[in-house]
Amino acid sequence: MFSNILIYFVIIPLLMLGGFALCRGVKGIRTIAVVGSTLLMALSVWVLVDYIALRQAGNTEEMLFTGSWEWFGPLNINLAVGVDGVSIAMLILSSIIVFAGSFASWKIDDARHFFMWLLLLSTGVFGFFISIDLFTMFMFYEVALIPMYLLIGVWGTGRKEYSAMKLTLMLMGGSAFLMLSLIGIYYHSAPEGGQLTWNILEISRNAAIDKGWQYFLFPMCFVGFGVLGAMFPFHTWSPDGHACAPTAVSMLHAGVLMKLGGYGCFRVAMYLMPEAANDLAWIFLILTGISVVYGAFSACVQTDLKYINAYSSVSHCGMVLFAILMINTTALTGAIMQMLSHGLMTALFFALIGMIYGRTHTRDIRLMGGLMKIMPFLGVAYVIAGMASLGLPGLSGFVAEMTIFVGSFEHADMFHRVFTIVACCSIVITAVYILRVVGKLLFGPVQDEHHLQLTDAVWWERLSVVTLVVSVAAIGCFPNFFEWLIRFTFNPEIFRAIGM
Amino acid sequence: MQPVIPILILAIPLAMFLLLGLTGHKMQHRWAGIAGTLGMGVTMTLAYITAFTYFFSGSPDFIDAESHTRLQAVIFNYDWLAFTESLVIRLGFLLDPISALLLVVITTISFMVHLYSNGYMRDHHGVWETGFQRFYAFLSLFSFSMLGLVVATNIFQMYIFWELVGASSYLLIGFYYTKPSAVSASKKAFIVTRFADLGFLIGILILSYYTGTFNFTDLTSMPVAGLDGTYQVSLDTAAGIKDLFTSSPAPLFMGCSVLTWALVLIFMGGMGKSAMMPLHIWLPDAMEGPTPVSALIHAATMVVAGVYLVARLFPLYLMEEAALNIIVVVGALTALYAAIVACTQIDIKRVLAFSTISQIAFMMVSLGVARPEFHHGLGYMAGMFHLFTHAMFKALLFLCAGALIHAIGSNDYTAMHGLRKYMPVTHITFLIGCLAIAGIIPFAGFFSKDEILTATMGHSIFWYIWMSLVAGLTAFYMFRLYYLIFWWKEHKVHEGHHAPHDQPWTMTLPLVILAVVSCVAGFVPMGNLVTWNGHEMFDSVDFFTNLKALDWSVAAISLAVAILAIILATVMYRKENPLPAKMKDAMPALWRWAHHRFYWDELYMFITHKIIFGCVSKPIAWFDRHIIDGTMDGLAFVTNKLSYAIRGLQSGNLQFYVWFYLLGALVLGAVTAICLL
Repeated sequence: MFSNILIYFVIIPLLMLGGFALCRGVKGIRTIAVVGSTLLMALSVWVLVDYIALRQAGNTEEMLFTGSWEWFGPLNINLAVGVDGVSIAMLILSSIIVFAGSFASWKIDDARHFFMWLLLLSTGVFGFFISIDLFTMFMFYEVALIPMYLLIGVWGTGRKEYSAMKLTLMLMGGSAFLMLSLIGIYYHSAPEGGQLTWNILEISRNAAIDKGWQYFLFPMCFVGFGVLGAMFPFHTWSPDGHACAPTAVSMLHAGVLMKLGGYGCFRVAMYLMPEAANDLAWIFLILTGISVVYGAFSACVQTDLKYINAYSSVSHCGMVLFAILMINTTALTGAIMQMLSHGLMTALFFALIGMIYGRTHTRDIRLMGGLMKIMPFLGVAYVIAGMASLGLPGLSGFVAEMTIFVGSFEHADMFHRVFTIVACCSIVITAVYILRVVGKLLFGPVQDEHHLQLTDAVWWERLSVVTLVVSVAAIGCFPNFFEWLIRFTFNPEIFRAIGM
Repeated sequence: MQPVIPILILAIPLAMFLLLGLTGHKMQHRWAGIAGTLGMGVTMTLAYITAFTYFFSGSPDFIDAESHTRLQAVIFNYDWLAFTESLVIRLGFLLDPISALLLVVITTISFMVHLYSNGYMRDHHGVWETGFQRFYAFLSLFSFSMLGLVVATNIFQMYIFWELVGASSYLLIGFYYTKPSAVSASKKAFIVTRFADLGFLIGILILSYYTGTFNFTDLTSMPVAGLDGTYQVSLDTAAGIKDLFTSSPAPLFMGCSVLTWALVLIFMGGMGKSAMMPLHIWLPDAMEGPTPVSALIHAATMVVAGVYLVARLFPLYLMEEAALNIIVVVGALTALYAAIVACTQIDIKRVLAFSTISQIAFMMVSLGVARPEFHHGLGYMAGMFHLFTHAMFKALLFLCAGALIHAIGSNDYTAMHGLRKYMPVTHITFLIGCLAIAGIIPFAGFFSKDEILTATMGHSIFWYIWMSLVAGLTAFYMFRLYYLIFWWKEHKVHEGHHAPHDQPWTMTLPLVILAVVSCVAGFVPMGNLVTWNGHEMFDSVDFFTNLKALDWSVAAISLAVAILAIILATVMYRKENPLPAKMKDAMPALWRWAHHRFYWDELYMFITHKIIFGCVSKPIAWFDRHIIDGTMDGLAFVTNKLSYAIRGLQSGNLQFYVWFYLLGALVLGAVTAICLL
């Protein structure tokens, strides 16, 4: 078991968790957090390098580094792991955000407990991305969700109890649907008389879920994951949740946790139930199409920085699901790119908002102005994040969105065309709300004289921000590598939903 | 040609941007300025070498000696992002007549502006402006983006750099970011052009969906046999592209061919960047940026990107008459509109901005009326020629305006008057610029404008008269401006203030160079350098080729119109007199509308603020908070209430439980009894 490299993605966070439990001083906790998150980042890079080497050597297996260990025999539940390019991309994303998040919460109160919960959350996230067994996948999913309640409820700001409760209840509601559909999938995972299985590779190979059941299970599964992916009309936990969460939690939540939704939608719902996916995509296409524009328009009139970004996330994550539902190689690749891009830039946004809030003690853009002059580093980083968000070439947003648009345009019928053009319109609306915020917050005269005494970012804040900015620029400048990494998963032979 | 020099042309400005952007705040102002200027100087030299090699080396890669046809050469082309097998975004370098021409124009103006800004961006006491290094970083970023745009080998590369020039323009317009007017101007510029780019993007998507390619060479030209990476513009290829559309299952959309839609949508992107009506509203406001920026971006280079885009896809536009007609109509309306408005503005930069809009519209019309049948596509050549000359004299005019503003400290001509005594160099160079734009022989504008008018006449006599009228207006408003600034009675110099004076050499030198260029640029035999299919127009050329090729019937008329307009302006504005006021009173409505730019800004304000914000965004946000979220909260509320309601059942009261037990037993017994019976 320990010879499989992937398992360390779960072991390292758990060890860190143990370390935090034993450690008393804040210095020790910081050390563990930094060492651990660096290790995780190194590990994900190592997996990436190995993966590339294997693929270059001509290995065309669907998942690499697979391993499976029995957990509960009678129901055939295993701890089964394996990754492909998409999961590796997600692992890299998660480790970068955990790294940046650790630095962003350098001065958090009660660091020990905070980091313990944060690392439990990370364990869930990493576990989810390496799992290929539906049951363990679901378990890790839940492990990732629960700490959120405490992290927001205890370390949050504003109406934190209300938001924490709302977020948890809505996501749990989604989980209920999800559980139901996963059990349904399990009972139809093998042809008559065959050994039932939770392993998604086997389920996909068996292709035994009949169409009638797919019609029943697919919507439940998609909605279950869609709630976490902030799909309209199940997105309202997002603005409140983000607004009240502490910085690192917002980063991790918007950056990684919301990706669990999109990832689940394609890895479980679309992958295992391709027929229903093709037949029912239009329903969700309408919902996600609405998400994209609706989130963007809502963001235009918000005054709280976090609300603006939460609604912007609704729009951008809507784009992820939108692209997934286009069901072709290019659009799906774009969806994963958008996940990466959105994860990084939203994490960057929330990190910056947290840093600004920590100084000005307000997030209301009407009460701030001219901050560029006072804190140029944070200001410039905010502009870069904004530019990434509105899709400036050279940063990650552009490549993701363009891949999605080109992919979506492969559908020639009027329905898809209309929705694609509607989604394209979001590039203009995004520009409106991003420039509105940048103009009010950073430019213009200084609104509040007390702000003149504020200081610019300190080293740990700078490190956190620079990590994210560099990642955003790396995707934006060298997109072909990432698309190559991702595209392998989306060929019709592996991903049966394509070209059906 | 080896790719080293072309790569350097792009890499040096990019490196300068990174260098100045990342380390500029630690650098001394002086050195940042020198570094930026030197970098641009080297880039300019390399661009000259490239253009010279392209036009004059006679290499078989660049010209087909037998048919006297200039070719398109792809110097390098690297894959950047592969969407599918055939849809690949590449970053490359396409050398052909128009890109070589634009390389020269951009680097020349950019270098002049870099040099000029060393003097402009500091006050009279030699104190540098805050953010001086940032200014040079942004200038370098802009130059990089603009160069990348013109050498694009595929339409998506063009789109990428198109967005980047938009962003650098945003950063430079908002350079004085503590000034609210500059912030809102930069925002406006970005959003309006973004809206236009939406059209561009959809156009690209349609075009690439049907043709399966982004490459210009696949869309408009065919490979030359035996030479790798060399292409020749070909109508057959464009016709083949049209066939792809007509043979597709749905060749029509809403009564127009899909290709027309695609081309018009792409043109919409061009309308945004080139400030064609009704997307022109951002350009006058963009004058909030520092004046050298206006000269570089909003007069000479970025704003002609739309013209360049149409020129780049010209063979495709030739396939769709309707698209070309739209270009002509949009161009002609814009030209007249902007010329009328320019007559009534008091801010000298705004007069120049409207004049720019009007002149770009000239180029658009010129492209729109160009047909291969008429003098080998004279309109195309004329449009590009005008792009070239206009860049020179308009940059000159803007830099002169900058010198004036620098000296006076105001944009308003009412604060100037009578400056010819104090600023002789600026006076002469500005006059040369005015003569060039008015189209007086032998200055640069005369030749290019004359060819545009000839091409227009060949297409339609109506548009010819229309454009001649606009040309007359151009001469009128430019000389109005000239007299108001340099003539009239000068203001008294206040105690303790210096009299306005000419500027340091860094500012004077670019003015003089550009003035000289504006005098002689008209003699460049453009007909042999830049034509729509690369075919040379003349068998042999000398210095007077353009003069000899003039169609004097057209030239005489346009000269007469220009001179009449100048005389009129002289009568009205040379000295302070009641004539302008009388004229204003004679047509109060027209004057008011023109002065308020026909209320376009108010209209847009109404649409964006009242309709989009007020009637879309706000209701959506309200709906989200109250209806959608209300439903979720309502569900929680109902659950909560329900639990409260039934919680009494779990009271812990033993007697109560026994009662229920008995009741339940009775009911069960009754049910069983009924079932059994």
